[in-house]
Amino acid sequence: MRYLPHTDDDVAQMLATIGANSLEDLFASIPADCLRKDDLDLPGAMTEWELNKHMERLASEMAVCPEYLVFMGAGSYDHYIPEAVKQLLARSEFLTSYTPYQPEVSQGTLQAIYEYQTLTTRLLGLDVANASMYDGASGLAEALLMAVRVTRRKKIYISSLCHPLYRQVVRTYFEPTGYDIVELPYLKNGRTDLSQVTDLDACAGIAIQSPNFFGCIEDIESLAKKVHADPKTMLVVSFTEPLAYGLLKSPGSLGADIACGEGQSLGIPRSFGGPGLGMFAAKKAYLRNMPGRLVGQTKDLDGRRGFVLTLSTREQHIRREKATSNICSNQGLCATAAAMYMAALGGTGIRELACLNRDKSAYLKGALAHAGFDTPFSAPTFNEFVVRFPGDSPETYGRLISKKIVAGLPLVSYYPELKNHYLLCVTETMDREDMDLLVKEVTS
Amino acid sequence: MKNAVGTTGLILNEPLLWKIGKKGRSGFSLPRRDIDLSPLDSALEGQGPDFPDLSEVDVVRHYTRLSTWNFGVDTGMYPLGSCTMKYNPKTNERQASLPGLAQAHPLLPPQLAQGTLKIMYDLERYLAEVTGLPAVTLQPAAGAQGELTGMLIFYAFHKRKHQKRSKILIPDTAHGTNPASAALCGYKSIPVNSNKEGILDPETVAGQMDEDTAGIMITNPNTLGLFEDNIRQVAAIVHAKGGLVYADGANMNAVMGIVNMADLGVDVLHLNLHKTFSTPHGGGGPGSGPVCVTREIEPFLPVPRVIRHEDQYRLSDDRPESIGKIHAFYGNFGIQIRAYAYILSMGADLKKASQFAVLSANYIKERLKGVYHLPYDKPCMHECVFTDKHQQQYKVTTLDIAKRLIDYGFHPPTIYFPLVVQGAIMVEPTETEPKENLDQLVDALISIAAEAAEKPERLRKAPVNPKVRRLDETTAARKPCLAG
Repeated sequence: MRYLPHTDDDVAQMLATIGANSLEDLFASIPADCLRKDDLDLPGAMTEWELNKHMERLASEMAVCPEYLVFMGAGSYDHYIPEAVKQLLARSEFLTSYTPYQPEVSQGTLQAIYEYQTLTTRLLGLDVANASMYDGASGLAEALLMAVRVTRRKKIYISSLCHPLYRQVVRTYFEPTGYDIVELPYLKNGRTDLSQVTDLDACAGIAIQSPNFFGCIEDIESLAKKVHADPKTMLVVSFTEPLAYGLLKSPGSLGADIACGEGQSLGIPRSFGGPGLGMFAAKKAYLRNMPGRLVGQTKDLDGRRGFVLTLSTREQHIRREKATSNICSNQGLCATAAAMYMAALGGTGIRELACLNRDKSAYLKGALAHAGFDTPFSAPTFNEFVVRFPGDSPETYGRLISKKIVAGLPLVSYYPELKNHYLLCVTETMDREDMDLLVKEVTS
Repeated sequence: MKNAVGTTGLILNEPLLWKIGKKGRSGFSLPRRDIDLSPLDSALEGQGPDFPDLSEVDVVRHYTRLSTWNFGVDTGMYPLGSCTMKYNPKTNERQASLPGLAQAHPLLPPQLAQGTLKIMYDLERYLAEVTGLPAVTLQPAAGAQGELTGMLIFYAFHKRKHQKRSKILIPDTAHGTNPASAALCGYKSIPVNSNKEGILDPETVAGQMDEDTAGIMITNPNTLGLFEDNIRQVAAIVHAKGGLVYADGANMNAVMGIVNMADLGVDVLHLNLHKTFSTPHGGGGPGSGPVCVTREIEPFLPVPRVIRHEDQYRLSDDRPESIGKIHAFYGNFGIQIRAYAYILSMGADLKKASQFAVLSANYIKERLKGVYHLPYDKPCMHECVFTDKHQQQYKVTTLDIAKRLIDYGFHPPTIYFPLVVQGAIMVEPTETEPKENLDQLVDALISIAAEAAEKPERLRKAPVNPKVRRLDETTAARKPCLAG
């Protein structure tokens, strides 16, 4: 096997040094009733070339572009990734290193993450960002646990327009704590309804998502005013599409205390839902309550700039059971990818790309409305929107799949009241002809 | 030392990202605009983030230079204990980037996603075979999230019996994340001392286990690199009081094909695919921490589960006792692909990997044991733990030894862990290092021990070869500068 360099001669010499007679001998100290009796029952080893064929066959069973047109976002977005980002990320010095416990030989990772933290604070308009969370969902759960820690209150509100799968993760994280989670309904225009919150002074935090699960942009500014009517209550703004903040005012500038969400859009392939990137930023006042690792700038013995993992007293290897979270490995390489992607786009590029997403999506929304379809939510949208297909929509959806078009995500399984409603997404990867084809097929 | 791999060379400086570039540059090929502008409500729009504008060349140079300041497994030997820094096969990267897999949307209807579902289904079966625990979830994104999943399962298991237990036993040789994961589920961790042999005594556990204790979290082999010989008795004690046994499988690389975790009495175990199953660690992740359980515990696993019906795969949420979801989708699938490719490449040679990993660790232990203090002089598993006891007389510490090793061209071992050993130096060579490299590492450590006696100052000033010298971590924490 090409990953195992030991020759018979090596093995014999090493066994002799150890004073063992055989490889089995090395395990002689394990009690006999603990040793496994049967052999591993695994498929026979494949050659590199057999593996290639096998994997290509599996990959060919998937509906992806260009064979399929997939108008589906809902927390996982199709964006172009520059080849430069892919190739830089494949540099083995980034890829094959561990968490930077030895900063002298990890400055590449450390500076890259420091820059990622900086770009994230600028994108989200907040003071401090961590080195990443697992994904948008666990990031939201940890943000709400942080709100509980900061305020010492035990109730949270969460918008029903936060990603339904994120809400499930929040419930799982909260299950053993006994804290109270209340879901907020949505308004007719597709935005969150805060009117049911009557006990702000008992509430640790309120979580909304913008753009929300219906693609609608929330009015963060007025929500923040309402939430901050009690000065302690925290506003947590979640997101699944950070590219929107290339164009929209940042959550921090509008009053969010914590902004957290999924960064997959920023140069990370969808990969069937992971690995993605949990982005997490907060106001400086909450720094010491933040979960996750942090990279900070410092100097070496000769006074040269360098970077280290810092404030680790918040973490498990120092405080153990009093840690702010249990995160150890995070999504470091994905954060590096996001930094490379944001660097490649630049301030000018990210705004133009975000505009293009908005405009393309608006084109399809307009074309469907023109063709007579209802787009029920009137609030402004970014690159996703909800449309209602008339009549027997599952039949229409299935017919489109047979034409190799995935016409968005059926919403009924997440919102039973929204029969025949579909969440569609258009990014820069869709051409006008692709959208025209969808309209033609859905109306035919 | 003559012939050390570590040397000096040309390293290029590189400023912070926002100190390079100029407004008006672009490193991105903006797609053609084939539709009109549709401005939004202007109250919602901002000026866009304050990012620097760089050309593609600026970006490529920047990150290429940064990368050269890093040490990776491809650079050299990385004997970081308990992290299993084995070689990360290149073919795994290719498989994960196949467009059909890398571009797959997670919410595709199942008939359009048979390839990814089959990979998940088969990987679960393979991990079940390796561990002996028949039911598997791939959802946890890292080892610590696997631990959290395990603790949530403990909580749900006791809740089904209308019990709310408040404590959990955690040996002093367990991994550092264990208590934090347990605390997230409201469990108070009760430390259990290991005995003189470095392992658990059944009597100690029996004295601490009671009906208010949810169970025990054992790392086996433990962080001293020792097999927990009494694990079956310990498990029986915990089970007799209605508790469960959690095994931290971070050290599974020692025992693939050697033990069956179910036979040892383990109920729940997490694996680290980025350790045992060769996926790259990416400078801190993404990892993947599948959780393997017995049939009895299976109903509690996170949803959705992948199921097969007549050669068709689909996802099922219909598990009323499930703890719920712990990842938005199915975990770090891209990492799962790499582990799947590794298992298919290795086949039954996985057992050989464990045998060679243990062979290499014992070889290093034997060659170094006169030079460095070995607190537990007995056969080890895949890693061995030394201390700086012999070097203290020269006022040289574990930290100095570790830093000096960098100058010799090696990544340092794990240091000051496990906490149960003072000044610990934890060496895990892995099976992918040839004997020549093991000898080189041993020779370097012998040479460093000689330097400690003769020129201790050299160690205290180390490292001198990398781009930066020792960094001021105190100021970094006291006056945090976390963004530029």
